Amino acid sequence: MASLRAEGFDGGLTLIGDEPFAPYQRPPLSKAYLSGAMERERLFLKAEAFYREPSCELLLGVTAVTVEREAKRVRLSDGRTLPYDKLLLATGSRVRRCTIPGCELPGIFYLRGIADVDAMRPHFISGARLAIVGAGYIGLEVAAVARKLGLEVTVFEALDRVMARAVSKPLSEFYERVHRDAGVRFLLNTPVEAFDGTGKLVAVRAGSQRYEADFALVGIGIVPNVELAQEAGLACNDGVLVDQQCGCTIDPVIFAAGDCTQHLSRDGKSVRLECVQNAIDQAKHAALAMVGKPAPYREVPWFWSDQYDLKLQIAGLGWPGDQLVLRGDPAARKFAVFHLRNGAVAAVEAVNAAPEYMIGRKLITEGIPVSPERLADTAIPMKNIV
Amino acid sequence: MPKIKYIEHSGKEHEVEVPLGWSVMEGAVKNLIPGIDADCGGACACATCHVYVEPGWQGKLPPKSDMEETMLDFAQELQPNSRLSCQIKVVPELDGLVVRTPKSQH
Repeated sequence: MASLRAEGFDGGLTLIGDEPFAPYQRPPLSKAYLSGAMERERLFLKAEAFYREPSCELLLGVTAVTVEREAKRVRLSDGRTLPYDKLLLATGSRVRRCTIPGCELPGIFYLRGIADVDAMRPHFISGARLAIVGAGYIGLEVAAVARKLGLEVTVFEALDRVMARAVSKPLSEFYERVHRDAGVRFLLNTPVEAFDGTGKLVAVRAGSQRYEADFALVGIGIVPNVELAQEAGLACNDGVLVDQQCGCTIDPVIFAAGDCTQHLSRDGKSVRLECVQNAIDQAKHAALAMVGKPAPYREVPWFWSDQYDLKLQIAGLGWPGDQLVLRGDPAARKFAVFHLRNGAVAAVEAVNAAPEYMIGRKLITEGIPVSPERLADTAIPMKNIV
Repeated sequence: MPKIKYIEHSGKEHEVEVPLGWSVMEGAVKNLIPGIDADCGGACACATCHVYVEPGWQGKLPPKSDMEETMLDFAQELQPNSRLSCQIKVVPELDGLVVRTPKSQH
């Protein structure tokens, strides 16, 4: 909306959201909002005044049920229909739910929205036993908050390392050690088999053992919300397919942006990204395309995670087979892992290492050839690497 | 509530009240003041909330963390009075603070 207005669009804008809240930031939910360091009011992206201009309407707590492409209108859950000239699908994603026995028991939580955290927070009491299913970003960020608050934390992970989907092996090993040192118990290669309890969760069953727990958090990934697009006949494949210029779908007046999309990345791979950067940048590109100024989408994706005193910053997408170059010493809690592909940096994972991250991002964007030996040499400042 | 004045690159001024405990970045974003992107929402992860602190105020601000210092190194048109506005927490002593936004955050 802000980009459309910045581009001079002065027509009517309607924003439809199924949550009762105006648009807000999700990253702090598993960090400062959960820990209580950030109050709800600070999560909101814009001041209320932003939505109060005369040609703007914010419809909250309403779901878009169907898109009628022939008639160019959206049918809403409250029975209304809204005509459109152009439509943006920014439907995001929802948590993947587990379906094992006992998964409906009270005391099992997921984390995606404000309401999820509000429901879960009263259980974060010192000494409480928290079982976390899934050692991804959500699981580990919550584990860090929980340990700081004095909870007993056990993390169950089906794969053989933490954050396996998001980071390289050296990073996984580092973060596993950090959490173990902070008192987190890990059970890797251990899919959860069932939740036990009558009327309330009391234990988690995994690896033929029973682990008592007062409550559980399940963080096993997200699923893109593509149903609206799919039912409207738009092409989808693990995300709404959008073109590389502008976030346009196969319908020239329907655009899509963010977690719910699948696009061809600058590396030439079809990807669905789950990050703030992609949500912001794809939305900006969709806005440009809507006003007739399409620009190729070639932004380098970036991600971050805060756990304990560690700031993880990642730029680019690592692939299996990349050459990994370690710079710095993980034991000093300040290092980076570079992913080299065809002689250039394709991705960087930096822990408390802003120069490595910022210069790495630049090297990725510009595709400048680099020497792995120089990258690994901390005696050479990042600025002088190439 | 402390008052903070934001001056856009064009010279346009905005004086707003910012609640204690918020960051200078949040004061701008929530009041729809252009010139500060803050893509990461204040996690010191993106360096898109760069501002220039008006002379006289630098000494009253909290010192830069190593992370802010190094992130700032890569901001466009860096000056000695450059700061990341997400890292400046609003306290009573900052009543009257003046910051200028750069031409671009990217």
